[in-house]
Amino acid sequence: MSDTLLSVQGVETYYGNIRALAGVDVQVQKGEIVSLIGANGAGKSTLMMTICGSPQARNGTITFDGEDITRLPTHLIARRRIAQSPEGRRIFPRMTVYENLQMGASLDNLKYFDEDVEKIFTLFPRLKERQSQRGGTLSGGEQQMLSIGRALMARPKLLLLDEPSLGLAPLIVKGIFDAIKVLNKEEGLTVFLVEQNAFAALKLSDRAYVMVNGKVTMSGSGKELLANPEVRAAYLEGGRH
Amino acid sequence: MSNISHSPESAGGNLTARALREGIFAGIVALGLFVLFVGLETTQNIRNELVLNQRWGLLAIFVAVAAVGRFLTVAYIRPWMDARKAAAKAPVEADESFFKRNFSKIAIVALLIYPPLMVMLFGVQGSLKWVDNFGIQILIYVMLAWGLNIVVGLAGLLDLGYVAFYAVGAYSYALLSQYFGLSFWVLLPLAGILAAFWGMILGFPVLRLKGDYLAIVTLAFGEIIRLVLINWTEVTRGTFGVSGIPKASVFGIWSFDVGAPNNFAKVFELPMSSAYYKIFLFYLILALALLTAYVTIRLRRMPIGRAWEALREDEIACRSLGINTVTTKLTAFSIGAMFGGFAGSFFAVRQGFVSPESFVFLESAIILAIVVLGGMGSLVGIAVAAVVMVGGTELLREMTFLKAIFGPDFTPELYRMLIFGLAMVIVMVWKPRGFVGSREPTAFLKERKAVSGSFTKEGHG
Repeated sequence: MSDTLLSVQGVETYYGNIRALAGVDVQVQKGEIVSLIGANGAGKSTLMMTICGSPQARNGTITFDGEDITRLPTHLIARRRIAQSPEGRRIFPRMTVYENLQMGASLDNLKYFDEDVEKIFTLFPRLKERQSQRGGTLSGGEQQMLSIGRALMARPKLLLLDEPSLGLAPLIVKGIFDAIKVLNKEEGLTVFLVEQNAFAALKLSDRAYVMVNGKVTMSGSGKELLANPEVRAAYLEGGRH
Repeated sequence: MSNISHSPESAGGNLTARALREGIFAGIVALGLFVLFVGLETTQNIRNELVLNQRWGLLAIFVAVAAVGRFLTVAYIRPWMDARKAAAKAPVEADESFFKRNFSKIAIVALLIYPPLMVMLFGVQGSLKWVDNFGIQILIYVMLAWGLNIVVGLAGLLDLGYVAFYAVGAYSYALLSQYFGLSFWVLLPLAGILAAFWGMILGFPVLRLKGDYLAIVTLAFGEIIRLVLINWTEVTRGTFGVSGIPKASVFGIWSFDVGAPNNFAKVFELPMSSAYYKIFLFYLILALALLTAYVTIRLRRMPIGRAWEALREDEIACRSLGINTVTTKLTAFSIGAMFGGFAGSFFAVRQGFVSPESFVFLESAIILAIVVLGGMGSLVGIAVAAVVMVGGTELLREMTFLKAIFGPDFTPELYRMLIFGLAMVIVMVWKPRGFVGSREPTAFLKERKAVSGSFTKEGHG
């Protein structure tokens, strides 16, 4: 437990009077890929957004790199170098790909900008081809790459990915997941991933959590969960039960 | 009228026959529409009785315009447009012309030589109308629209009460010069600062609002400022307004007061005329407007300007990238308001009189219309829109020859808003993103390419 980067303890988040998270505990160690799987409405994205402080947790604590960030405003959490590729990608549609990447780097005053852009263009060559094109005209897969690229421009210690496979063709999902793996292996980037595509996510992850109705019900290594009959029945075999 | 289907294969005599048919139909529709509006007029006579005037001649003109217009559209204009469209598709687009590339430079030079040119053409006294009514009037709106562009065009915060800051600027100058005798050059920055301060005051309560909700609150804010100006009579003299506002001087070196020993005309031994003051004001507002443009261009390349544009696109994404949306919004409001304040104090010095009448909602609407018509975020487009909208309304005043057609009671100014609305509808149909719908990227690797406005969601421009 020495190298815990992110620790979520007993977090409860409410939307008005509705409790979306009912005491969630999640740990992410440095250098890990951790994924969170669960059905629609389980609270996965809420947990993601709670880590970023929008909405803030009503109870419980979120510690990042030894510092309590539960009550910090979102932009200060981002400055602790937690970068997020939000659900639905949320790129800036009227800005070019290049400008989108620049927005991601705002924190560093563009010190490492050229170097980092080059790195992202090597990781996603498609973005290089499309650099002066408007973000809104990219395909879904390219937008996802841009969203991840923009998050990486902040040189994050922890990358939060909310459903990177949303609405994408399997081949493109594979490309994106490969890129995540490369980042993790070569740069030692810590990744916390929320996914509907449980199979791909579990294969990729070192560890995973399963979330049901705002609670973590299961956790284990990716392989364990892939083999677990309950998980298989609920998330991997196409909901035929 | 568009419910009449037109088959593409029709040509020649067939086309004329159809055009004739549609023309007659349009005439009938126009007759039905206008018979009560235009054909009959109710007025009161001396004994306060209601009198019904019949204006069949005017009605006939309306119907004829509709019928002939429809006929010409179908018979000639539409085939001509189709032919042109087909022709335009064929050749590859040539390089942009010299004029188009250097448009802003040419425009600035033209504006610099505009007053002397007018003096040459119309004489010192004759130039007054052109420099004051057209030049200064249009430039004030250019400046206001550029200021509002920071809030609406860049940061995407729909502000319907921009005129409030204009009012704050105007009254700051009017009142502070009256009560404390401060000069224009001291009060110009002060008016800007005060307006910026009020921009912040407006900004705080509306931080969480966006779009329609924000628009309503800013609208209310504009009205509050106006009502305060009307009702706080001890200070602002209410609806009477503040008059006798001192003129600006050329940095205190030359004055434009008639009695002053350093009067501009006396010093240069010129005949007395108010034209020199107007020419000076023209250059002053030109400088202020160019300052606004310069600051906008510089800000767009700085982190804060980029943050504004990103904020317009997606607020949640902004926050997750570490942008403090609170300060970003507040700076947008206050910097936009500051330019409104500058323009306001200029307005006060130009009129020599301010009253709450000048700061009604209609002004906000016109400024916003200019920003939207010009293409949100585009400085050149906005300037063109201001020339068309403000210059167009001024031109309407000149069109006395229309009286010959529509009778002596016809006052073209009254149709101002009608034409205004029509122009807006037409522009929005053909150019939904305004005159200049593209935006120049602020950052690029090798090539700089204007980003076209099409293919993205409407209202995200």
